[in-house]
Amino acid sequence: MVDHTVKAFDEDITRLRGLIAEMGGLAELAIQEALEALISGDDELGQQVVARDKKLDMLESEVDAMAVRLLALRAPMAGDLREIIAALKIAGVVERIGDYAKNIAKRVGRIEGRSRFEPLTLLPAMGEVAAEMVHDVLTAYAARDPVLAREVIERDAKVDAFYDSLFRNLVSHMVENPATISSAAQLLFVARNLERIGDHATNVAEMVHFAAVGSYPTDIER
Amino acid sequence: MVTNPISNAEPKMRARDVSVYYGTKKAIDAVSIDIPTEYVTAFIGPSGCGKSTFLRTLNRMNDTIASARVEGRIELDGEDIYESGMDVVQLRARVGMVFQKPNPFPKSIYENVAYGPRIHGFAEGKADLDAVVERSLRRAGLWEEVKDRLEDSGTALSGGQQQRLCIARAIAVEPEVILMDEPCSALDPIATAKIEELIDELRGRYAIVIVTHSMQQAARVSQRTAFFHLGHMVEYGETSQIFTTPRETRTQDYITGRYG
Repeated sequence: MVDHTVKAFDEDITRLRGLIAEMGGLAELAIQEALEALISGDDELGQQVVARDKKLDMLESEVDAMAVRLLALRAPMAGDLREIIAALKIAGVVERIGDYAKNIAKRVGRIEGRSRFEPLTLLPAMGEVAAEMVHDVLTAYAARDPVLAREVIERDAKVDAFYDSLFRNLVSHMVENPATISSAAQLLFVARNLERIGDHATNVAEMVHFAAVGSYPTDIER
Repeated sequence: MVTNPISNAEPKMRARDVSVYYGTKKAIDAVSIDIPTEYVTAFIGPSGCGKSTFLRTLNRMNDTIASARVEGRIELDGEDIYESGMDVVQLRARVGMVFQKPNPFPKSIYENVAYGPRIHGFAEGKADLDAVVERSLRRAGLWEEVKDRLEDSGTALSGGQQQRLCIARAIAVEPEVILMDEPCSALDPIATAKIEELIDELRGRYAIVIVTHSMQQAARVSQRTAFFHLGHMVEYGETSQIFTTPRETRTQDYITGRYG
């Protein structure tokens, strides 16, 4: 895209995009480390993830303030307007993704008998897909790439399939091993959180598509 | 090239393949557009894009420029306004105009408004004329401010009041279309807001076309926006569409401040 005649406007938008990218990086890392902590039972790592979530909250506030300032001072139009509105909404959603990762990290200490838990081995693969969705949707945002955004949306079906499979798996595990119900329920929440992260990445993808071309992807069920 | 994709209603004015030349220089190239009534249509574009030139073809103001030549067809209610039998004075009453700088006559406020109806024979007798003057000043949102000083000179009013006086003068002769050429560029924000509010009130009654350099103003007051560039009408559509999802890259670049 051609530069603005007013250079400071470009600098502001670049800064806004930088903040969103930083948020995305933190959210992705939070998902990965929360799962790592969960699988290995590393309570300390889990606490780090929880503590670092504050940074995401701060960045979200920063994006909000910056977007409001840009709307007030620059009166953006067309693509610029869509971009700033999208940034405002994306920041809120990425912050939620961070909350889900934090919630996973909080459960690290509540899982007992890790070695006997077969469903535990499914979670990293599911987490990887969800984290990848977050990673790719922010790449799509940075590149204003509606095609990649659409790919991310399609990938959500994979996360949903993982969730269904884990759900069945955990339920039968609970039936067969009533003593593990408490831990299995914890894992169910973890799976649920990852499924929600996939949904939120899908929402971000829709906003990326909107910012890039001015419409939501129509042929995909919202 | 680009025609009107939006209005189903019979347009008040219709331009087809209109080109305007100043001598050998082509200022407008084959513009086709439908101007609906009861809507505000805004023309935007950089200086020299031809938006004011095109506006002036709509009531033959370009006739006063010796070197100007208009090709193509412009209709008012289906009637060709450039045909030889057209009474230009009558045309300019039906298609009124408000200019950038308020230009009241150096006469009383009353006379400024009464002049048109009198020469066009719209009012019989003093009482009739008084009623036309009051109604026009009311519609222009100026009555309450000037009703006790109608004999004061129009030029003694503030800039914003003068511009509303000019609008009252234009609507006194019962026009069907009002053309406004940057009507607020010489006014402060409060006077501008009053004119914009007035435009919004008037649009239910007339077809209004406004040329403005302020994109914010076009966004605020119009329902249709046409973007002109280098004599071409690049894009014409609903104002909300033009300012959120313009179809043309040139429109996008201009309204987001990336022009040249």
